[in-house]
Parts: sequence; structure tokens; C-alpha cells
Amino acid sequence: MTARARLLMFLAAAAVIAVFFAVACVRLPAFGSASHPYGDRAVAAALEHRTANVISSVNFDTRAFDTLGEESILFGTVLGATLLLRRARDERHVRAQAEDVMTTTRLFGALLLPVALIVGVYIVAHGQLSPGGGFQGGVVLATALHLAYVAADYRVLKRLRPLAVLDVADSIAAASYSIIGLTGLIVAGAFLKNIAPLGTFNEITSGGTVPVLNAAVGVEVASGLIALLAHFLDQAVEIGDPEQRDTPDANAQGGT
Amino acid sequence: MDQWLIGIAVVFVVLAATLAVLTRDPARQAVVLSALGLGLAVLFAVLQAPDVALSQLAVGTALTPLLILLSVRKVTRRPDDGSSDLSSNRNEGSDPERT
Amino acid sequence: MGIGPYLAAGWVLLIALYGLVTSRNLIHAIGCLAVAQSSTYLLLLAVGYRSNGTAPVFSDLTPGTRPVVDPVVQALALTDVVVGATVTALLLALTIQLRKRHHTVDPQALTGLKG
Repeated sequence: MTARARLLMFLAAAAVIAVFFAVACVRLPAFGSASHPYGDRAVAAALEHRTANVISSVNFDTRAFDTLGEESILFGTVLGATLLLRRARDERHVRAQAEDVMTTTRLFGALLLPVALIVGVYIVAHGQLSPGGGFQGGVVLATALHLAYVAADYRVLKRLRPLAVLDVADSIAAASYSIIGLTGLIVAGAFLKNIAPLGTFNEITSGGTVPVLNAAVGVEVASGLIALLAHFLDQAVEIGDPEQRDTPDANAQGGT
Repeated sequence: MDQWLIGIAVVFVVLAATLAVLTRDPARQAVVLSALGLGLAVLFAVLQAPDVALSQLAVGTALTPLLILLSVRKVTRRPDDGSSDLSSNRNEGSDPERT
Repeated sequence: MGIGPYLAAGWVLLIALYGLVTSRNLIHAIGCLAVAQSSTYLLLLAVGYRSNGTAPVFSDLTPGTRPVVDPVVQALALTDVVVGATVTALLLALTIQLRKRHHTVDPQALTGLKG
């Protein structure tokens, strides 16, 4: 199909989608309307289980099974990317070099890195109380660690990042989510049922299994994303193309 | 007041998204995507969704553009780049009899 | 504001699809896919908004004193933001593999299956 035919086909399809979407929007409750029946029920369910942050309660209590699916997708994609980006036998490995960084940048990174990591752990740990939780805290932890790459160089980052440990932590965290769910099945007869003591509202031990599942997801997201970025950084920084000299013409058409 | 903030944020997100799609060079697109991520984070914050804003801030402004830039660097690397001056550090694992 | 934010989400989705269809570079196409993903967050959170509502977090708020926005759609968007980023990473990894094996990132140059 030519590019022009494809564009015309897209424009026709897009016009149909746009008309139906607009018609559907007209029949929706207007933006900011007061009617949110599911939201009201979710708030009531969260308060019943003494979880102050309703979003964490929805994610890790009411809809915990859905989150099991989401974290399985996350585990699967990290696994897939790891497989795809492993170093092929015909690729050259070029050791990353030490790089000059301004002293102030280095100092800034050294000061900020521990603070950012503590903030990440705090966000994971207080997911049931304040905005935060395993997903957000895990992302903050993973990006915070890469301050080492910004403020120093790749060799420093590699020293800070025990990849083998992180891979194992990723798998254990993913498995522990299912194990917590199975524990609920055995003890109370329902998969992922909130079986732990609910604690006192608005204290760090409140919410039953919510903080436990939060921690599992936090470890999984953080270690998974660090592993993912590690493979991308390895590809971009340390691994050269295979058989470059043999196919000079093929490389020429690959650029943008 | 809230309505105005939300309106401005929505308009910014729409403009940034349009610009991100029309920017054909992936490296430039990563920068626009980063601005879009920031705009989305602000929009989620004024829509009273601090949890989503927090993860969008880290993912949209840092993680996704970084992944795109790393891929661009890997994909558009010139054949001689990094091999002439670094060839002394070449690792042992170059085994050409694959595929 | 009526249905403005919903239509904005629709526009973002359609413009991202336009970018996907006309893209000549797979990395650019993946960027467009990320834009398309963000349109779903925009739609979900716009549906869940309640005028004069506040965030559904009760650590410093007595339940029942103020209207809160819908937490269910926020939970949906929240997990997808993070999972969507890893899916983007998987697609980029596929693109890198494609570049290694077929020496191109132009989807229109990938005409047939090769062993």
C-alpha cells in the first residue's frame, strides 16, 4: 500500500471515530459532575478497611487481583526486554570510560542521591496513608539511582547497581504478591483477601495487607526498571554493532 | 480558579501532544515528550490525582524520554563510532560465527 | 467546562494515531504510541473529576466534610502509567533488535519476513 492510500484510509477511519467519540461524549455526564457511584462505594470500602489513601485501597485491596495482572505484565515486559537486549555473541563489548564531571555536579549528586533514595522508600512505605505507594515509590527509586550516571559516570552507576541481586529481588517480589494472595485463599477462602490485622486508621500499620503488597510492588517496580534501564544503557554505552566492517552499505540506510 | 487552571493545563497538554507527534526526529521528540509528561503531571495534580501525578512525573519526564534517547543513540550510531579510539579495550567475547 | 476535556482526550488519541500511520521511523512511532497512551489517562481522570472535589486521601481530611474525586479511575490510570512505560521499553528493545538484524528502523522498508 502506498503512503498516500494509507493516509486516505486513516483519514476516513479517523473521521468515523471522531464523530462517534464526540456523540458518545455528549451523552456522558458533563465534566466535574457530582455523580460518581463507584467512587463513593470505593471510599466507603477504604474507610471500612482503615486505609487513608483510597487509591492504594482500590489498587491493593478492592482490585488487588487486577493489580496482580498489571504487575505480571510488568514482570513479563522486563523479562522480554532482558532477553531481547542480551549481548549477542557477535557483538563487541566496549568498556565504559571514566568521564570528567564538574566537582560541583559530583557533590550535588553525592548529596542528592541518598535523599532521593530515602524519599523513594518513604513513598513506598506511606502508600496507605498519603499519596504514594509501590508503583510511584518504585519509579522514584529507580530514577533516583540514575543520578549516579548524571552526576558521575557509567562505571560509578554499575558499582551502585548489583544487577544479579536486583534480578532475584524482582522475581521474589513478583512471586510474593501471589503468595500473599494464596495465603488469603487458604486462611479466609478468597484469593487476595485482606487478612492481616487492619490496625489503627491513619497509622503506618493500618490497612491490613495493603502496605505489604505495596512493598512487594515497590521492590518489583524499582528492581525491574533498574534492570530494564541497565540493559538499555549497556546497549547504548558499552555494546558495539556486530560485523560493522562487513556491511557498510546496510548501515547507511539505517539512520533517520 | 480551579476551572481556569484545568483549562490551561488541558490546552497545554493538547498542544504538547500535537507537537510531539509532528516532531519527526526521535531525539527532538523525546524532549517534547518530556514537556508533555510535565504538562500531564501538572494536569493530574490540578485534577486532584496526586498519586497519578507522582508516577507520571517520574515516568513521563525522565524514564520514557531517557529510554527513547538511549535507543536513538544505539540505532543511529555511525559504523566507525566508538571503535577507532576504543578498540584497545575490546573485550574477548567477539565471536563472528553467529546467524 | 462541559465536555471539553473529553474532546481533548479524543484529539490527542487521533493525532497520535495519525503520527503512527505516517511514521517513517519506529522510534518516532513508539513515541506516538506513548502519546496515545496518555490520552487514556486524560479521559479517565476527566471522567473521574468532581467540581470543588479534593484528592481522595483522608490522612488530613475528615471523611464526609468535602466531596472527593473518583478514586477508581485514578487507580486504573496509576498502574497503567508505570506498566505503559515498561511496554514502551519492550517495544524499543524490539526496535533495537530489528535494527541489528535488518539494518533499518523504517517500517515501510520492512516488506517481507526474513529468516
